[in-house]
Amino acid sequence: MTAFLTLLARNRLALAGLVVMTVVVVLALITPLLPLADPDVTDTGNRFVPPLSPGAWLGTDHLGRDLLSRLLWGTRLSLAVGFAAAVAAATIGAAIGMIAGFYGGRVDNIIMRAVDMLMAFPYILLALAIVAALGPGLINALIAVAAVNVPFFARNIRGITVGIANKEFVDAARLSGLSNARIILTEVLPNVVPVIVIAMSTTIGWMILETAGLSFLGLGSQPPQADLGSMLGEARSALITNPHTSVVPGLMILVIVMAINLLGDGVRDALDPRLKSGALSRPMAATRVDRRSPVPPAQDAAAVLDIAGLQTQFHIKDRVYRAVGGVSLSVKPGECLGIIGESGSGKSVTALSIMGLVASPPGVITGGAARLHGDDLIGMPYRQLRDLRGRAVSYIFQDPQATLHPLYTVGDQLIEAIRAHRPISVKAGRARAVELLKAVRIPNAASRIGNYPHEMSGGMRQRVGIAMALANEPQIIIADEPTTALDVTVQAQILALLDDLRRSRGLAIVFITHDFGVVGQLCDRVAVMYAGKIVEAGPTRAVLDAPMHPYTARLIDCVPELGGGKRRLEAIPGLPPVVDKLPHGCAFADRCDRVQGLCRAGTVALEHTGNRAVRCHFPVNERQAAE
Amino acid sequence: MGRYIVKRLISAIPVLFGITLIVFLIMAMIPGDPATAILGSYATPENVAKLNRDLGLDAPLWQRYFIWLGNMLTGDFGQSFALNRPVLDEVLERFQATLILAGTAFVLCSVFGIIAGVISAANQYGFADKAITFVVLLGISIPSFFLGMMMILWFSVNLRWFPVSGMWPIYGDRDLGALLSHLTLPAIALAVVATGVVARLSRSAMLEVLRQDYIRTARAKGVHERGVIWRHALRAAMVSIIPVLGIQAGFVLSGAVYIEIVFQWPGVGRMLVDAILTRDILLVQGGVVFVAACYVLFNIAVDVAQSLLDPRIKT
Repeated sequence: MTAFLTLLARNRLALAGLVVMTVVVVLALITPLLPLADPDVTDTGNRFVPPLSPGAWLGTDHLGRDLLSRLLWGTRLSLAVGFAAAVAAATIGAAIGMIAGFYGGRVDNIIMRAVDMLMAFPYILLALAIVAALGPGLINALIAVAAVNVPFFARNIRGITVGIANKEFVDAARLSGLSNARIILTEVLPNVVPVIVIAMSTTIGWMILETAGLSFLGLGSQPPQADLGSMLGEARSALITNPHTSVVPGLMILVIVMAINLLGDGVRDALDPRLKSGALSRPMAATRVDRRSPVPPAQDAAAVLDIAGLQTQFHIKDRVYRAVGGVSLSVKPGECLGIIGESGSGKSVTALSIMGLVASPPGVITGGAARLHGDDLIGMPYRQLRDLRGRAVSYIFQDPQATLHPLYTVGDQLIEAIRAHRPISVKAGRARAVELLKAVRIPNAASRIGNYPHEMSGGMRQRVGIAMALANEPQIIIADEPTTALDVTVQAQILALLDDLRRSRGLAIVFITHDFGVVGQLCDRVAVMYAGKIVEAGPTRAVLDAPMHPYTARLIDCVPELGGGKRRLEAIPGLPPVVDKLPHGCAFADRCDRVQGLCRAGTVALEHTGNRAVRCHFPVNERQAAE
Repeated sequence: MGRYIVKRLISAIPVLFGITLIVFLIMAMIPGDPATAILGSYATPENVAKLNRDLGLDAPLWQRYFIWLGNMLTGDFGQSFALNRPVLDEVLERFQATLILAGTAFVLCSVFGIIAGVISAANQYGFADKAITFVVLLGISIPSFFLGMMMILWFSVNLRWFPVSGMWPIYGDRDLGALLSHLTLPAIALAVVATGVVARLSRSAMLEVLRQDYIRTARAKGVHERGVIWRHALRAAMVSIIPVLGIQAGFVLSGAVYIEIVFQWPGVGRMLVDAILTRDILLVQGGVVFVAACYVLFNIAVDVAQSLLDPRIKT
């Protein structure tokens, strides 16, 4: 509760709403005690006195009644009626909802059908019909507004109750022989009360507005008694000659409703956990770049892609997650580089950082360079970067179910990929799209082109993903776990396809995976990542045969071998460290069985020996590797 | 698609019956003798008895419901006492005016609401977002009848840009220009609240969609940001925006009652309020049933639009 209040207090607008609302409510409460003129005493000699006149701060209305007094009394009445309507609607609606949700079955069915019927009306028609039946009057308007809002509460509370009715504590109460009525009152009600209160706080503004509206139409409060709505209604005939009589009550309604809306928004934000984590932020067109250190030089001039000292962080509230902590890699033309690691090791973030595709906020590239033929992609103007995306460097993503747009046909998506970089007609684009689908061996390509992603199998969808990546004959493809979501046979087909394409087109591939088996099939070289850093790198065969880093060794042990007989699958105990609290020394120290004091003493450097590199003071297989 | 529409229409039949039943039951709540309530307390006993017979009010409740329902199915909504003409004629004529007003407001709130929401989401936390959020907050807080009055005061009385009220000029041609100049203020006043609601919802729907993986795919393809926002994100966000448009149609139809009063627009809402004040019960009944039925049919159209937009919905 205190946490909730501090959150609310942090939201300045909500706080303003709360303050205004408090002032209005207090004024309404103490109105009878204030030295005001009688709101209903007419004085036709003093009609339409303008505001700021002595004795009548806000002037007088068409019958010479003091507007300030009428405003405060009217506010009091409007608030009371709105509040009463909200309480009535909430009570009746909640009762209906709880009964429907608790009993379920036919009771639920009948009640909810009736609720649906009521919700099929534009709300005011129902209110008007009720007022028509009962006759104009404030109480009748209140009944109408409350009745119109009952279905809303009934439906909300029913939903919550259904969830509660199946909980263990309710079963326990049933078994102990309590009556249903008793269970509803003692077990269900306490659990739905918070929901009722929240729903009420969000609708009370509406209720005030609706009752004011009915009064405005002359169907609510009857003269001489006036709420804000009927004050406005009565003032309407003098709108042109004496606008102040309309402006005064109108502004009051605006102020009240706005304050309630601000407060309601604040409450909603404070209660919605997604807003706290910043998860509802929209990712920008390119990842934010904020390099605080000098840009490191390129390492390999022959490489297509050369990454040097790349650092990417996630800034969430006041915490900093170092997802990529200085990664250097390079890929030559026609080469396939594997990046391997567990979830959260930073491999995907590394891959996405290259073309600025890390969601930002919260992602920020804080250092390093990624050079494509010598041009640094990090910090490149967006226009240039966009031109390279999909043309020079393209991506294949993990789950084609989520990464293809669900509402466009695969053909349209392919054509768009082509036309993003080439000024060709849609017709030519279509022909090219069919060609691409054939190239990734999709049967009946010409007819498949009109399919939506949900009409295809997972393997077919991933072929579309690959076709899209090939659309503009890129120099390098970054494949971010392209086979993880697929079953094993399909996975093998996709890998074979990628390998073929690489050989026939001289593509460079960066292949991200958590599976050493896949690396062994496809990659020339491999880099192993752990907690945002490369811990080992080298030619695939050499690393597989004689891993040097203890972590690599354990990862390789995780791969089951076909026909390899009985072998214990060694799961690695423990979890990778959370990247906002990285340990001082080696990040793997806590899970390593070779750990010594030195490992925790300070940063461990990546030591290069020949074509291999390892970040470990006490590597395994050292002798073998040196041979 | 044709089968889907038929299916939805058939499923609407019980809802339509439910609407007539609810309206009938509400009207049955009229305290005391309905005929006296209609004719007023000075009516002669003979007149009361005659009216009761004419209305079939001497029959039991359930019988009266079916008589009323049967009559409506044959197009006979009864006779308005105050206007002395068939209810259906009056409702149809008035509904036309409401349709012009509410329809325009609905188009305005859909178009501007969505555009504002998209711009707001695309510039999240930027100046445009803050400005739009503030205006939207103001828009959803202002009572439409108050806004309408202030617009009359400013644009009609002070600036003399638009006529003060009515649908047509009292003298002069009833052409499109005349209609538009009369329509502008009430349509805007009616659209403001709904625009705010649509803008808010579009913004959050867009923010939700912009985080999806397929947006990243579009960016990875090199699609320019305009295409990402308007083609990829908005298309997907429409799936959750359209149902809200259906709900907003109900709010626009409701708000039309106030706006018709403020601007003296000869629509069905003003007719209903007048009918309530003159206790013209059959006119109220007929008007409410007719408008509610139209609203139900409109929502079917919304569902159909939704299924056209989203190929994943089985039709």
